[in-house]
Amino acid sequence: MTQYAGPVPMGNADTHRGRLLRRLHIDLPLFVGLMFLSGISLLVLYSAGEQNPELILRQTTRLGIGFGVAFVLAQIPPRSFQHWAPWLYGLGLLLLVAVLVLGEIGKGAQRWLNFGLFRFQPSELMKIAVPMMAAQYLATYHLPPRPRAIGIASILIVVPVLLIVKQPDLGTSLLIATAGAFVLLLSGITKRLIFSVLGLIAIATPVIWHLMHDYQRQRVLTFLNPESDPLGAGYHIIQSKIAIGSGGWFGKGWLNGTQAYLDFLPESSTDFIFAVLGEEFGLTGILVLLVGYLFIVWRGMVIAIQAQDCFSRLLAGSLTLTFFIYFFVNIGMVTGLLPVVGLPLPLISYGGSSMVTLMAAFGILMSIQTHRKLVAS
Amino acid sequence: MKYRDKSGKNEAIHGYRDTRIFTNRAILALVFVLLLTLVLVARLVYLQVLSHEHFTTLSQKNRVTIYPVPPTRGLIYDRNGVVLAENIPTFRLELIPERIKDIDATISELRKLLPIDNAAIERFHKERKRRRSFNSIPLRFQLSDEEVAVFAVNRYRFPGVDIKAGLTRHYPAGSLMAHVVGYVGRISEADLQTINSANYRGSTHIGKTGIERSYEASLHGTVGYQQVETDVLGRKLRILDQTAPVPGQNLHLSIDANLQQIAVDALGEENGAVVALDPRNGEVLALVSLPGYDPNLFVSGIKSKDYSKLRDSPDRPLFNRAIRGQYPPGSTIKPFIGLAGLELGKIEENSGLFCRGAYVPEFQSKRPYRDWKRSGHGYTDLEKSIVESCDVYYYELAYRLGIDQMSDFLEKFGFGSKTGIDLPGEAAGLLPSREWKRRNRQQPWYPGETLITGIGQGYTLTTPLQLAVTTATLAINGKHLQPTLIHNIEYPDTGLREHQKIRIVNNVPVVDPYNWSAIKHAMFQVVHGQHGTARRIANSDYRIAGKTGTSQVFGLKKDETYDAEKLAKKLRDHALFVAFAPAEDPRIAIAVIVENGGSGGAIASPIASKVISAFMTGEKK
Repeated sequence: MTQYAGPVPMGNADTHRGRLLRRLHIDLPLFVGLMFLSGISLLVLYSAGEQNPELILRQTTRLGIGFGVAFVLAQIPPRSFQHWAPWLYGLGLLLLVAVLVLGEIGKGAQRWLNFGLFRFQPSELMKIAVPMMAAQYLATYHLPPRPRAIGIASILIVVPVLLIVKQPDLGTSLLIATAGAFVLLLSGITKRLIFSVLGLIAIATPVIWHLMHDYQRQRVLTFLNPESDPLGAGYHIIQSKIAIGSGGWFGKGWLNGTQAYLDFLPESSTDFIFAVLGEEFGLTGILVLLVGYLFIVWRGMVIAIQAQDCFSRLLAGSLTLTFFIYFFVNIGMVTGLLPVVGLPLPLISYGGSSMVTLMAAFGILMSIQTHRKLVAS
Repeated sequence: MKYRDKSGKNEAIHGYRDTRIFTNRAILALVFVLLLTLVLVARLVYLQVLSHEHFTTLSQKNRVTIYPVPPTRGLIYDRNGVVLAENIPTFRLELIPERIKDIDATISELRKLLPIDNAAIERFHKERKRRRSFNSIPLRFQLSDEEVAVFAVNRYRFPGVDIKAGLTRHYPAGSLMAHVVGYVGRISEADLQTINSANYRGSTHIGKTGIERSYEASLHGTVGYQQVETDVLGRKLRILDQTAPVPGQNLHLSIDANLQQIAVDALGEENGAVVALDPRNGEVLALVSLPGYDPNLFVSGIKSKDYSKLRDSPDRPLFNRAIRGQYPPGSTIKPFIGLAGLELGKIEENSGLFCRGAYVPEFQSKRPYRDWKRSGHGYTDLEKSIVESCDVYYYELAYRLGIDQMSDFLEKFGFGSKTGIDLPGEAAGLLPSREWKRRNRQQPWYPGETLITGIGQGYTLTTPLQLAVTTATLAINGKHLQPTLIHNIEYPDTGLREHQKIRIVNNVPVVDPYNWSAIKHAMFQVVHGQHGTARRIANSDYRIAGKTGTSQVFGLKKDETYDAEKLAKKLRDHALFVAFAPAEDPRIAIAVIVENGGSGGAIASPIASKVISAFMTGEKK
């Protein structure tokens, strides 16, 4: 923290407003992007939630808490994150094990710990702690990392992922695995290694396939192609495709969607909210949403590239790209391109803890951007 | 491993390289982000622009519902085309929870019209929990015509409730085939673990036991779908789209229903099992376990009163004795031990010993091992030892062979391992060995145990099916086949039939074919010889080779004598008989067990004789 030289004017943004934002550690472009998406969220949710004001109130509260968390985290300099990473990661692992053990005792799947006043999902903590730990570890050495460092980093990633797969929470474990993988990819591991891993998967797949029972293969096929089971997983997809497809270029208009109202569209305010957007606002509305998302990804990557130390770069890059995977997987799933893994649409879907985690990640991005030491230009 | 240089000397260079690597990768990542987003946009253009009209039509229909169309379950026939399992049309009452405001109220209203028992309601709720609310869930099966009419009149009062026509499994042969064909029952929680549930949407039943279970995948078929436009009450207005189901395959069993009936009649009131198979291809011709039960009781959920009656009966009708009952083989093992003696050179066909009714082993002179015939058989050679079933001969032979050789030899015939028949729940029997005893009993093998293994007592256990298979293997000179119940499988769409392949488990090595003929000749003399233990079934039309056996249920103390009259029925010996015919060119091998029947020659052999006779003469019942 000693290196921190205090707010220094940034390039030609040396305006009064710029100085204030810097002092508050707020990155304006990111903040605007997030506010924009929050607005879309409330708009769509009002329709998807059948105009229930209580739903909107609760979502607004959550957004408020999210922005609060982001603001607090933005005040903490990246050095501290780097310093805390192993502790945070260790705590996360401990809690994941606790969840599994308690779940074992309670004879049922468990994802959260009940602290009386609130429930806490350790896997949410790991969404940030895993890339942070991987970045912290790899930043100890020069890049690109040596084979041994890659191996250890991989273990650091795989252990929590497996614990979460066991919960079982496929969506979250997938996100954490990609977050870790992005740290490795950004750290500059050689293309040869990337291709060998892909090759290994290509070889292993038919072998595993051969070893599976017939009904297990059927299940995998149903998972990969949910529409082959139109009364199970495929039902959602068929209905959401009808909703999106019937939206056309400009949609049926706000509050004019029929599929969610007729209860055709299941989980219309959570995982499948994208279908409501698609039906009511059409392709135009979706493109506006995508532009909002891409703007945030763009800003996140700019922050990563401009970051001044290896840890910050890797962490910012990984968090940003994971955010991309988040919405890519959700939209892919709702439009029938990808299997149904149960991920909400980030920042838009109704839902608590994952929203707070996301905002925390953006808080860290803001911290990285606003704590830079400025080199004289 | 080089740590980052804290002094900062190389920092500038490394820092520059780090940044360059990172920036390259970050730009690459952004390119991927854009490409993947374009994929999404392309998909959305496809859905919202290109297929817009199609989806608009679908969304404008007041309701589009998808119904599964369950496939027709394959039929099961005997080898001559007699139907053993068929599907008969029935009506059932189904509820769609999503369309019903108050389910409990609806059910209690329905109960005023139709009898619905509590178990059915409980089952309905259980199923409701694991199905999605837009699925149609059955509440009552097999409605009578009158009940259908009563509901039809009141239908307007029950939105979301409907009568569905469906097919229900029916077993016209009743208890005759219960242990072969088995039955179907409602899909349970446990079943769901091992099936692809997508293929079972709309199916309510699944094979629970017997052929119905082991050939579930073939019999079930593939589910089809209908996209149906319905009105607000859920009534179908129009079919928009459909995928036809693929019906299940029809199974033609190797079982001959006529022969099966003859075996059942021959066993009569006794508890026991009969297994007959074709030694040339392993096809099972009859597989009987008595008492049986009516499989039709299970199809729509057996009433708990009926079930506990079956379950708690001391005769255990649900227990498939033919494949799960494990009995000491008794003297039916002697031909195999005799063959082992010849093949391994421990005895010669024409040399023998003098039987005085008891055997005093070298290692233990205090406790003589008794023959079943207290006066003894006198001078006994190999043939006589089989024909008259002399125990003393086999005590001596077992002693000469030792447990290891005996166990190795018997193993090749399939003793002690599952035959691999296509029925669930087969027992393996037990072939004792030194290794087995050490592992399971933590005890060494005692020499006395070798002697009683030689006469098929002690630890050895076999199933009736195993006895038939080992006898068949002996009959055709060592070709050990896997038994099967399938004659052929018929594909209903093409009508093509796929014949079952003969599966050879292994070939028992033949040292000298003459040894095998000697044993088989002795078995022929068991039936056709002057002193044969099964001479009562001899006839002049065809030649049978066999071996009687009696297996002890109740151990006698040293000086007690066996008195069947005094012993309670369930403590009496089991009567066994194995045989094949014609002796010179075997086409049928058979094993009969009559539980607590007493003597194998008197009780079991006539049963086998009736089955063989029916088979040989093609007699119709």
